[in-house]
Amino acid sequence: MKMRSLRRYQVALAVAGLALISAGCGSSAGSGGAPSGSGGTAGQSVPTAKLPVLQKIGKGEGKLNLIAWEGYLQPQWVKPFEQQTGCQVNAKYAGSSDEMVALMKNGGGGQYDMVSSSGDADLRILYAGDARPVNVNLIPSWKQFFPAFKSPPFNTINGVHYGVSLQWGPNVLMYSKKAFPTPPTSWSAIYDAKYKGQVTVPDNPIQIADAALYLQKHKPSLGINDPYELTQPQFQAAVSLLAGQKPLIEKYWDLASQEIFDFKNGNATIGAGWPYQVSALKADKFDIGDTIPSEGATGWADTWMLAAKAPDINCAYMWMRYISTPQVQAEQAVNYGETPDNMLACSYMDKIQAGSCAQYHANAPQSYFDAIALWKTPITTCDNGKQDCVPYSDWVSAWNTQVK
Amino acid sequence: MALTRAAAAPTPADEGLWLRVSSALWRRPWARATLLLTPGLAWFVLLYLAALVVLLINAFWQTNQFTGNVVRIWSVSNFTTILTTTAYLEDIGRTVGMAAAVTVVDALVAFPFAYYMARLATSRTRTALFVAILLPLWASYLAKVYSWLLIFTRGGLLDWSLGKVGLGQAHLIYTNWAVFIVFCYIWLPFMIIPVYAALERIPNSQLEASQDLGGRTWRTVRSVMVPLALPGIVAGSVFTFSLTLGDYITPLLVGGTNSNSIGYIIYNNVGTANNFPFAAAMAVVPIVIMAVYLFGARATGALEAI
Repeated sequence: MKMRSLRRYQVALAVAGLALISAGCGSSAGSGGAPSGSGGTAGQSVPTAKLPVLQKIGKGEGKLNLIAWEGYLQPQWVKPFEQQTGCQVNAKYAGSSDEMVALMKNGGGGQYDMVSSSGDADLRILYAGDARPVNVNLIPSWKQFFPAFKSPPFNTINGVHYGVSLQWGPNVLMYSKKAFPTPPTSWSAIYDAKYKGQVTVPDNPIQIADAALYLQKHKPSLGINDPYELTQPQFQAAVSLLAGQKPLIEKYWDLASQEIFDFKNGNATIGAGWPYQVSALKADKFDIGDTIPSEGATGWADTWMLAAKAPDINCAYMWMRYISTPQVQAEQAVNYGETPDNMLACSYMDKIQAGSCAQYHANAPQSYFDAIALWKTPITTCDNGKQDCVPYSDWVSAWNTQVK
Repeated sequence: MALTRAAAAPTPADEGLWLRVSSALWRRPWARATLLLTPGLAWFVLLYLAALVVLLINAFWQTNQFTGNVVRIWSVSNFTTILTTTAYLEDIGRTVGMAAAVTVVDALVAFPFAYYMARLATSRTRTALFVAILLPLWASYLAKVYSWLLIFTRGGLLDWSLGKVGLGQAHLIYTNWAVFIVFCYIWLPFMIIPVYAALERIPNSQLEASQDLGGRTWRTVRSVMVPLALPGIVAGSVFTFSLTLGDYITPLLVGGTNSNSIGYIIYNNVGTANNFPFAAAMAVVPIVIMAVYLFGARATGALEAI
């Protein structure tokens, strides 16, 4: 009898173990990552602002550890850099802005040198004290950047740079040309009950900014000036627009490949996406159209941010110098399908692929740029100094509990 | 045992040492137990328990709203949020309901199948059926879910077949029905195997006794088979229930706008929101549900049948 009950106990433990693995699966794996530093400095100052900047680029450390979007470290431009500088590039690819924030936070410091993060992550990284001031005087090509990308608010605070801008692009309205013989010209198509069950939008809280951008034009009474700086009533209006959109949604896509799959199979005929999906679908001979509607669009702008404890700082500066030059900017822009920040990249792009400069808007007028509201992290402090803007964490919880 | 066999070492000096070790172990059962259990227990304590403790502690912390840094101030606010937010409660309810429905359907499908395997099939057929059940387990989980995506998608295999027989379009892609069907398919082997083990163990004499006492087929099944197989069914249900409860990939891939699961909220809070403490608090929910479930399952004696 004793033997029996013992066995039962052991089996119960084993089963409990199995159940726990499956039940706690997503979380227990990450629980080893102890939080770095405590507390935060929301809306006040950047903890690393006073760190001294490098005055002269010294001898390379022989290696460079980069966190990047997939496609950002292609051998075409990484190989020549390695040969020129002797800095061996080690790539860690991240799948989302939030993963980049987490990697910079949990790398324990000193593991990674730089990250190619987007504007919705940059402020979180630098206000968490995970980025380091950059001396742009050591990066000659920085002077050739479009003015908007020299000291953009998403990577430069009070005149202190925490990295160097890279490339940017819009979030476009995509539509199947078969379903839309007349191209849509307004974002209203994705809020229109007529297209119920055919709409797909990203599964991303930053989508609230897309709704806010739409309301900025269609409901001026709300007084929205910046889709990333929303007061509580403006925020609620955007959230309820999205909640009303939910019944029309066929799928909130998490991966670019999902959206490509859904357009190809006819599960979706209209939606919001990136130029990447458009070119992938075009390459597959799918009749896809894309446009920046009359309301304008949100967009992303990426920055090579310097890690606070970057161990290979000389190689990191060499990388910033290299990646900012018009030739390399052109190469990456054509390869990935995005717009370079360097004004001189246009002619190099056309040399690589005729017409690509115009295709990716590298020579577009200021009005094109003005139509794009670039991603930035929503924070409590509005531009006017008031503390009544809705912070990003509320965007996340509203997206999960009120929209979806 | 292994140690006694190793005592057949060639040199006398070695032999003496091995003999002494093995007889020492023979005299001290606790030492034997320690030697055999230590690696497994160390693994269990370090990987399962330590990770769980860290998880539980995290659940009582917060993150800074903006920087995402963890703030180590004790509070139960994460749990309060879960218990007072309608959307989270709905998601939990949906996940538990889904797990229960998958478990019931898998049990209904698995019982006759396992019965055939255990009591009717020839040994050759039985082997073939075993292979049929186990083979999909070797295929990647993702590949299986993606192949269902191809079946369910508009103009996919399902719609195409229905169209051929004139039944129109099912359009199951991105619905909870799709999630339900995929779960039933993926976890079915985990139900069949324990039910098979339980059915195989029923002695023929008991079935004969039932018939001798006038029990017809249905009565024998109801009064003898099912009660004796119940521990197997409950054991299988522990798997199907807990696996469904913790999964997020299937709802993510084939689910629609109303398919959020507990696992998805956890994934989303770790991955997108970078709110580890809230994810930890949410992870406690399935642990509590499973603890209650296992407590109930233990009462049926099912845990012995695994």
